[in-house]
Amino acid sequence: MSVFAKLTLTELRLFLREPMSAFFVLIFPTLLVVILGCVPAFREPQESLDGRRVIDLYVGIAVVLTLAMVAIQIAPAVLATYRERGVLRRFATTPVSPLKLLGAQLVMNLLAAAAATALVLAVGRIVFDVPLAAQFAGFVVAFLLGAAGVLAIGLVVAALVPTGKAGNSVGTLLFFPLMFFAGLWTPREVMPEALRNVADFTPLGAAERALNDAMTGHWPNAVSATVLVGYVAVFGFLAVRWFRWS
Amino acid sequence: MTVIEVHNLRKAYGDTVAVRDVSFSVERGEIFGILGPNGAGKTTTVECIAGLRTPDGGTIGVLGRPPHDTALRSLVGVQLQESRLPDKLSGREALELFSSFYPEPADWQALARDLDVPLATRYAKMSGGQKQRLSIALALVGNPEIAVLDELTTGLDPQARRDTWGLIEAVRDRGVTILLVTHFMEEAERLCDRLAVIDHGAVVALDTPAGLIAETSTEQKIRFRPSAEVDLALLEARPEVHHARRHGSQIEVTGSGNLLHAVTSVLAVNQIIANDLRIEQASLDDAFVRLTGRSHSGE
Repeated sequence: MSVFAKLTLTELRLFLREPMSAFFVLIFPTLLVVILGCVPAFREPQESLDGRRVIDLYVGIAVVLTLAMVAIQIAPAVLATYRERGVLRRFATTPVSPLKLLGAQLVMNLLAAAAATALVLAVGRIVFDVPLAAQFAGFVVAFLLGAAGVLAIGLVVAALVPTGKAGNSVGTLLFFPLMFFAGLWTPREVMPEALRNVADFTPLGAAERALNDAMTGHWPNAVSATVLVGYVAVFGFLAVRWFRWS
Repeated sequence: MTVIEVHNLRKAYGDTVAVRDVSFSVERGEIFGILGPNGAGKTTTVECIAGLRTPDGGTIGVLGRPPHDTALRSLVGVQLQESRLPDKLSGREALELFSSFYPEPADWQALARDLDVPLATRYAKMSGGQKQRLSIALALVGNPEIAVLDELTTGLDPQARRDTWGLIEAVRDRGVTILLVTHFMEEAERLCDRLAVIDHGAVVALDTPAGLIAETSTEQKIRFRPSAEVDLALLEARPEVHHARRHGSQIEVTGSGNLLHAVTSVLAVNQIIANDLRIEQASLDDAFVRLTGRSHSGE
């Protein structure tokens, strides 16, 4: 096994040993879909939603929720803790660069989000008859772009906060407004137009819209894709500029 | 053969000069100690040698290479002060993972046995001593040519400290050069072949422990409880004796040369027996106080 695979596996083990994190990433989004799906009205086609059901929308929102959990809540806290405790410095004295550890942490987060997404889609399809993304390649593109965008933001948070605890707090502060614009409380389809215009330019709002495009058989729209690429570029650049190893 | 060479090292953080002027060289196979009070610049010096910090001035050569040379990462094992591991990582996982980083790792299971590292325990549940021993094991797991150990035995109980010293000597006997940062006098005296005493960012002395003691102290001290009254003037009449003083029932004699013989012959002539006789030899601690002008704040 390569060193990188070993590191990723170790990160995965450590992630699974934090019961709260594992629950909120892997189980909670699916639980949200199940709870909303239990409301009979949410399983009725709505004219205001072009004949779609509320539960159809929330499958996409739950996928965005997994991305927000790993990228905004977990990765910054873990990476800031690694720096605070000197784990990154410890790696810098070995033949393995701390960059590899950082990469392994990001890949682990991506794998966890992918697993959580698969569970959301499977439960949505099997229990509530939510169709799988008609444009599957588009769904994968939207998922990866969304993941890259929020992970870049998470890295900037990790770069700026002094401690793991601070990383956790900042993550939580960002989590709620970002998820608000992703439609966790009010789906984009029923947002007032002014709010929708703002939401389309937020990272999770754009990710949700792109995923929704794919769910309804289209490629992600150009605006959302551009917004997400923009977040990756700007925050990726800032993360590289600002990240400190000790 | 010289394996570490430091010339006029200088490193400042903003306006604070941590290392002003440090030079020394370490020979292959020796245990070289860096001793100094807190804030003297010891850790900054080893961090520059380990390639973790870039010096502001001076030169460093490690095995003939600049310290940031990536080839050194597998040749130099480093145990850092204040470097922890993830809470939920077990001893076994840490050793197995780190051993996979190196081209020719040591047998990590043997290392864990020698150092008594608990394999099944997660990092957060380990005692201070167990964490420290794991950290030492991780520094040695790559089979390094040089091991840099910063505050090796801080946090260990006295027994564990002695066990660790034995292990360090065994590692040196395998041909590993050891650069040891410490503020424990006993540790430096017992382990180090040579020592650099650093104070205020500069080397104030560089010698063997015995050499440092001899250099800084020429006076001996003898204490005893006499079986009968002694006339201190008789003792002070001898040229070897500088001072004789009474402390309660005890007499303290300071002097030089063959002081013990001088004192016992005076007592023998007067048919006095010296009870609880103690000869106090100058220790590295005394040498350190003389060199740095302060008592160390260890333990």
